[in-house]
Amino acid sequence: MTQDYSITPQGDDALVVRFGHAIAPETHRRVMALLNYFTEHTHPGVTECVPAYTTLTIFYDPCRFKFDQNNNRPNLSAVGERPRANPYEALRDAVQNIIAKEVLESVNNGPSPNRVIEIPVYYGGSDGPDLNDVAAHCGLTPDEVIEIHSAPEYLVYLIGFVPGFPYLGGMSPRIAAARRATPRAKIPPGSIGIGGTQTGIYPIETPGGWQLIGRTPIRLFDPDLDPPSLLRAGDRLRFRRAARDESERQKENR
Amino acid sequence: MAWRCLHGGLLTTVQDTGRAGWQQYGVVAAGALDAFALRVANILVGNEERAAGLEATLKGPTLQFTKDSLIAVGGGDLSPTIDGINVPMWRPVWVRAESVLRFGDCLAGCRAYLSIAGGIDTPEVSRSRSTHLRARLGGINGRALQAGDVLPCGEPSLTARRRINRLRAKSEGVKFTAAQWSVSSEMLPGYQKHPSLRALRGEDFTRLTPPSAESFWRDSFRVTNESDRMGYRLSGNTLHLAERIELISEPTTWGAIQLPPDGQMIVLLADRQTVGGYPKVAHVASVDLPVLAQVRPGDGVRFAEISLGAAQELLCRRERHIAELKVSIDLRD
Repeated sequence: MTQDYSITPQGDDALVVRFGHAIAPETHRRVMALLNYFTEHTHPGVTECVPAYTTLTIFYDPCRFKFDQNNNRPNLSAVGERPRANPYEALRDAVQNIIAKEVLESVNNGPSPNRVIEIPVYYGGSDGPDLNDVAAHCGLTPDEVIEIHSAPEYLVYLIGFVPGFPYLGGMSPRIAAARRATPRAKIPPGSIGIGGTQTGIYPIETPGGWQLIGRTPIRLFDPDLDPPSLLRAGDRLRFRRAARDESERQKENR
Repeated sequence: MAWRCLHGGLLTTVQDTGRAGWQQYGVVAAGALDAFALRVANILVGNEERAAGLEATLKGPTLQFTKDSLIAVGGGDLSPTIDGINVPMWRPVWVRAESVLRFGDCLAGCRAYLSIAGGIDTPEVSRSRSTHLRARLGGINGRALQAGDVLPCGEPSLTARRRINRLRAKSEGVKFTAAQWSVSSEMLPGYQKHPSLRALRGEDFTRLTPPSAESFWRDSFRVTNESDRMGYRLSGNTLHLAERIELISEPTTWGAIQLPPDGQMIVLLADRQTVGGYPKVAHVASVDLPVLAQVRPGDGVRFAEISLGAAQELLCRRERHIAELKVSIDLRD
C-alpha cells in the first residue's frame, strides 16, 4: 500500500487530499477511510468533507484554527512547537498525522462493510425510451443490454451534479453509448441513463443528455430526510430488472 | 406574519448563510451571495447572524408590513423608500404596520439584503432556509418571491425588543424611524463598480501559458449577462492552457475561478454544482466574495494576487470586526 498522496489548498477555506489520478476502487477506499475518520471525529474548525473519485476536499474555517488552538482534540492540535505560517498549514499537518496513523491502518484492515443497495428497474418501453437505440448502437439486443447493465455490483464513487445523483463505477464498456445530440429538457425522476461509459440515476427532474434505458420507482432524494440522499459515496449498488407490478408493490411498502 | 408581497421584484429570494455539511450528498450550499451584508443586517436587528432574510437583486420587491417591525437594509443601494422617503441603510429601522417598502433604481452594487427582527420563518430544508432555485428547495417552495406571498417571521430577540422600544418612542406620527447611528463605512468591504479582487493562485494556474498568466493578473474581465447565483461568466482576453487536459470531477468551492475549453473564465458562487471538472486557475479570496457579489452584469473585475496566509489573515480580521460590531451595537441598548 503506497503512502503516496498530496495535499493542496483550494483557496483560503478548503484543501484537497489527493490519493491518486485515476479512477480505481483501491484509491477510493483511502478517500472513504479519511472521510469516515472525519465523520466519526468532528472538529469545530472543519465545516464539511466532500469525497470524489480520488480526492477528499476538506472545507474549514481558517479563523477557528488560528484563534482557537486550545482545542481538546489532540489529533488536530498543534504538532510539536513548530510555528506555522497560516491556518492551512496547521490543518494540513493535522491531516498528514491522521492519514499516517488512522487511514492507512484502516485501509490495511480491509474494506469496511459497505451497504449494498438494490435498485429495481423497469427497463425499456416508456420507462426507457432509448433502450432500443442503445442496443442498436452496441450491436446487441435490448435484452442483452439489460443483462449486461444489471450484472455488475457498481461502486458509488460520489454523489454530485444534483442532489442524490450517484457517480457509478463498473459499467461494462459493451453498453457504452454517446450522449444524445440534443438533450431532453425534462427527464423524469428515477430515470436510469447511460452517458458515454458511465451510468447513473436521475434523482430529480432535470434536463439531461444521457440515453434513458429504464426507470426506478425508488426515491433517491428526499429533502425531508437526514441525510436527504438515499445513496452515499462508498455504497455498492445493483440494478434488478423488475416487472411493473412488483415495483408498484415495492413502492407501496416504502 | 411579517410581509405581504405586492410585487416580487426582479429576483428576490429567502436566503440565510447557506446549507453547511450537505455537499457530499450533492446538496448545494446556496445562501446569501454577500454574506457579510446579511450577517450585519441580522446583527442590526438583534438576530443570529445566520438568520434568514431577503436577497433582492437589481430591482427590489414591494412589501407591505403586516405589523410594526424592526428591519435593516444592507448590501447594495437599491433605493429603499417608504412613502417616498429614503430608508437609510446599515442601521436598525422601526417601521409601522401597514407601511409599504418599495425599491427604486439600483444606485450602487447589485444585491440588497433585508433583515427583520425574528428572522424569516419559512420551513427549513436540511437545516437551512436558503433557496436553491434549480433544485426548487427551501425558501418559499424553492422559488423567488411573487406578488401574493405572505412571509412568516419569528419572534424578535430581547435585544431587538429594547431597540424597538427606543425607536418607537420617537415615532409619533411617522411611518418609520431609523436609528441615528449606522455601521461605519470603514467596516464595509471595498464595494466598487469595477473592483480589483484579491485572488490566490489555483492548482492549475501553472498550466496557463505565460502570456495567459500575465493577462490574468493584468487585464480587466467583464461580468456578462449570463451570470447568476451559480456563477459569474466573465468575458475578456481568451486564456489558454499550455496543453489540453481532461480532469476528473472534483468538489467545487465558492470563489473558484474555472477555465473551460473556450478560454472564458467562470467564477463559482453559492449555487454552483457541488462537483465539476474544469481546471481551477485561481480562487477569489473569501474576504472579497461580498465585493464580487455586488458587481453587476456589464461591470468589470480585475484580479490582484494575494498569498494564502495574507488572505486568511484578512478574513480573520474581518471576523473580529464583525464580532466587535455586535458587541458595540448591543451596548447601545
